[in-house]
Amino acid sequence: MRTVFEKPATLADKPTHYCPGCTHGIAHRLVAEVLEKLNVCDRVVGVASVGCSVLAYDYFDYDMIQAAHGRATAVATGVKRARPDCVVFTYQGDGDLAAIGLAETIHAAARGENITVIFINNAIFGMTGGQMAPTTMLGQKTSTTTAGRESQREGFPLRMCEMLMTVRGVAYLARVPLTNPGNVARARTAIRRAFQAQIEGKGFALVELLSTCPNGWGLTPRKALRWVDEVMADYYPPGEFCVEPGDPDGGRAGRPVSWS
Amino acid sequence: MKELVLMKGNEAVAEAAIRAGCRYYFGYPITPQNEILEYMSWRLPEVGGVFIQAESEIAAINMVYGAAAAGVRAMTSSSSPGISLKLEGISYLCGSELPATIVNMTRGGPGLGTIQPAQSDYFQAVKGGGHGDYRLLVYGPESVQEMVDLTFLGVERADHYRNPVLILGDGILGQIMEPVCFPPFVELASLPNKPWAATGRHGGPKRVVNSLYLEPEDCEEHNRHLQAKYQDMANIEKRWETIQAEDASLLVVAFGTTARICRTSVENLREKGFPVGLFRPVSLWPFPDTALDKLLGTGRVRAVLVVEMNAGQMVEDVRLVACGRVPVHFYGRMGGMVPTPEEIQKQVTNLL
Repeated sequence: MRTVFEKPATLADKPTHYCPGCTHGIAHRLVAEVLEKLNVCDRVVGVASVGCSVLAYDYFDYDMIQAAHGRATAVATGVKRARPDCVVFTYQGDGDLAAIGLAETIHAAARGENITVIFINNAIFGMTGGQMAPTTMLGQKTSTTTAGRESQREGFPLRMCEMLMTVRGVAYLARVPLTNPGNVARARTAIRRAFQAQIEGKGFALVELLSTCPNGWGLTPRKALRWVDEVMADYYPPGEFCVEPGDPDGGRAGRPVSWS
Repeated sequence: MKELVLMKGNEAVAEAAIRAGCRYYFGYPITPQNEILEYMSWRLPEVGGVFIQAESEIAAINMVYGAAAAGVRAMTSSSSPGISLKLEGISYLCGSELPATIVNMTRGGPGLGTIQPAQSDYFQAVKGGGHGDYRLLVYGPESVQEMVDLTFLGVERADHYRNPVLILGDGILGQIMEPVCFPPFVELASLPNKPWAATGRHGGPKRVVNSLYLEPEDCEEHNRHLQAKYQDMANIEKRWETIQAEDASLLVVAFGTTARICRTSVENLREKGFPVGLFRPVSLWPFPDTALDKLLGTGRVRAVLVVEMNAGQMVEDVRLVACGRVPVHFYGRMGGMVPTPEEIQKQVTNLL
């Protein structure tokens, strides 16, 4: 018999606390698969953030550091500068990376910190019970926007990749929805490229994974996947935004957003 | 022969930390401590270290957190409003048991206050400031030389206890120039190994640097462990100085810059025959309560005068020790105003 699929060895063999239908599990697996493939597990230091993935340090079998809310890229900066030989990554949600930690994210990118950021965009604060995130879609109902997010009241959702595209210290930037096998394979490629950029010393790399939160959204897992493809991916276009340092929007699939 | 160098307090602190093995500094500009940042920016690359001017005090303390978690000696510095911003990170450092060296060149507050010297961050430094039951080892130096010595010691003590150390200076100590003698460089290769640090597994089991304990039983156990460590620190790390206190009937208690001014007041009053002495806490946490208690227990001291550059903060710790046995008076200047020796002498003679 031939093994066609197995759990990565560096992912803990235990149930996670993630809800049914949540794509955190897929994202964790992809990170572990890539790090094993790159054969760097022994020199990985991961930084867990605050949010649903706060317990990531329990699931990844690498040296791990738990960071204060929003500060993962600052913590990763300290680690990477102290131990340049380590492969350093952060794993952050949209509240952590794009709300409270926006300054840390952008300045780590501007410094061209040689780190890899895994960014889970599920358009909601999952861990705290489904409040509005900076990436919550217009019209989306959350526990703090019960009538739906309205631009005049709550402003507009932030497009992180498009914003970071203008930052010269960025070496690799991609957005992929975790919605079907084809996209999961693309996400794996993007994560691999993001770690390769770091290993080659090219600078800041970030992969935004459009993810589901069936519980927070009040949708079944299947409907949640469809919502990512139909609603989120429309506002957050997938693709590679930057594949070389100092070369924003020069990516193979990069799509500068038109404001006309 | 000892080599003396004329140096500004801020620069001397930076050099002392480097000599103690600190090669990683993360900071953000704020007056009156900018020379620490500026000195580190050229000095650290000279000795193979790393300097980053962070985007905020918050980012700086979290870079310290990362570097400390990766096992190196790391430092940040700021002044009052900036230290307020760092407090969350300081709480995390304590919770995750990470060593770090932090300098606060205190300025007057609250709010933006003033850039002039003050001691109004005493509570913040010794009573917590950030969230949770934590303690910092806090030193209150009175001169540039003592700032050098305590920074050098503090870097080592931080590693020893896996706990942040805070040097509580002020605008005067940061800006003043004095001749100082530096200790020799610590050999980095001779520093103790940190098996808990996150540096990659390298074939071993994974290490986790963390302050999260979701189960209340676990979190209480973690707190018990921290409190036992703070008790060890309280048993071992108390430091103080007494000046003509043995036969004093009036005891002045002051720390840092204020203690230095009080020293002059005590000398002047002694010349005139007044039985005045000075008790100077050097470690502010742990507060040197046993030494002060012993002095007050002799029965010779009839009254205590606490002098601070704030509205009365350390005086609370002195009153806890005095416990009603002697009257504890307070004299303070605020908002960046510095008391003169004559002003303090007047307060003392009014009490005698």
